[in-house]
Amino acid sequence: MAEVSVTKDAAPAADELVALRNVNKHFGALHVLQDIDLTIDRGEVVVVIGPSGSGKSTLCRAINRLETVESGTITIDGKPLPQEGKELARLRADVGMVFQSFNLFAHKTVLENVMLGQVKVRKAEKSAAEDKARKLLDRVGVGTQADKYPAQLSGGQQQRVAIARALAMDPKIMLFDEPTSALDPEMINEVLEVMQQLARDGMTMVVVTHEMGFARSAANRVVFMADGRIVEEATPDQFFSHPRSDRAKDFLSKILHH
Amino acid sequence: MNVLLDHLPEFREGFIGTVLLTLSSGLLAMVLGVIVAGFRVSPVPPLRFLGAAWVTLFRNTPLTLLFLIAWFVVPVIFWPGLSPWTKAILALGFYTSAFVCEAVRSGISTVPLGQAEAARSIGMTFIQTLRLIVLPQATRTVIAPLSSIFIALTKNSAIAGAFSVAELFGVQKLLSDKGFAIVPIFLFVAIAYLIITFTISGLFRLLERRMGVAR
Ligand SMILES: Nc1ncnc2c1ncn2[C@@H]1O[C@H](COP(=O)(O)OP(=O)(O)O)[C@@H](O)[C@H]1O
Ligand SMILES: [Mg+2]
Repeated sequence: MAEVSVTKDAAPAADELVALRNVNKHFGALHVLQDIDLTIDRGEVVVVIGPSGSGKSTLCRAINRLETVESGTITIDGKPLPQEGKELARLRADVGMVFQSFNLFAHKTVLENVMLGQVKVRKAEKSAAEDKARKLLDRVGVGTQADKYPAQLSGGQQQRVAIARALAMDPKIMLFDEPTSALDPEMINEVLEVMQQLARDGMTMVVVTHEMGFARSAANRVVFMADGRIVEEATPDQFFSHPRSDRAKDFLSKILHH
Repeated sequence: MNVLLDHLPEFREGFIGTVLLTLSSGLLAMVLGVIVAGFRVSPVPPLRFLGAAWVTLFRNTPLTLLFLIAWFVVPVIFWPGLSPWTKAILALGFYTSAFVCEAVRSGISTVPLGQAEAARSIGMTFIQTLRLIVLPQATRTVIAPLSSIFIALTKNSAIAGAFSVAELFGVQKLLSDKGFAIVPIFLFVAIAYLIITFTISGLFRLLERRMGVAR
């Protein structure tokens, strides 16, 4: 498998935080990412939308190299993604990730979940890490659950803890892969509200979601993917009111019928 | 009964020998087994190969052959002048480590992949992910197979007796060579093994219950 090459053909723009250039990836015969070009600026909120299986999760996971890519370059803050190892681990600490299935550490309490990365990765003092963890848990509205184990929390609460866990690393960017898809309907809003607040606070975010309300109110840009390609990029208003491509029109008509 | 009472020191020495041999080779097997399991799931292909080779080698070689190698090959090629104890611990420990490795590895595979991904995504290294997130959650499923592995180790340690290490099984040979009736001797030796293996399975069951409450 070829590694991401370190080419520098153009100086990155001042506020460019993540840049994917001509990225390709296969799963066996399946060309899951095809010539992906995507730039995310500092402070920008980008919503990725598209049919199931179009490669949205793979795109998201490629940004912190949970998936390797075969060709093209991915840079974060001007630095190309390094090989697996200490340097990559350090870079991943700067990229927060929130999963569809929460993935809280099942054997740790909520508080420990939010402290662990600070102490083990950032080498913070235990007491400082605990203070920060409690503040973050309060901020996402689960401060009273600090001593419980993840399994004792509702899905919405678990996802908010997962957001706090990622925020505890002071990430430069947050990636969300369908953060509300595994939630019961009544819990979706409590998670979206936390994300909306984050967006208002200026966090750079990539959000894979079908929540159009969130996209309209929080996103600067909507990226529509189908069959491993970015088919359309537009502002939320443009995209939802006047999609240009047939694929997008077709997709929107399906999700709007629900 | 007389055989036991008259040779209590021999029996005691043999019993302690078996316990110590099991404990020390068990410890060695645990340390090696966990490390090799780490190799087997590591992202580095040469380490994965090394781990697989280790398991294949030690799981498929008869233990008696490993003892012979420890006795007659290792001193010539690697370290001369090893004590019989050390050689027995090496043979038993290396052999058992292959089984420990596979038990740990299957425990690791019961931990959802998302746990390791979440750990890596907050910047933990591979070793931190394994040590802090995956292994602690694998422990519970590893305890039951480990119990069987250590019971097998206890019984396997009898081979050391044939190589003149003072342990339980050797006592039997010592006494029957002196012409005592073998049936009571065998009975006492068997009971002594039972005591050890029952203790092991009891301890592991206790551990399993403890882990169940912990979460
Ligand atoms: N680890 C994998 N191995 C093989 N195929 C995969 C793997 N992960 C995803 N795929 C396939 O790649 C395609 C894109 O997956 P994904 O990025 O998860 O899409 P989306 O998130 O848009 O639903 C799907 O067809 C999926 O089955
Ligand atoms: Mg997906």
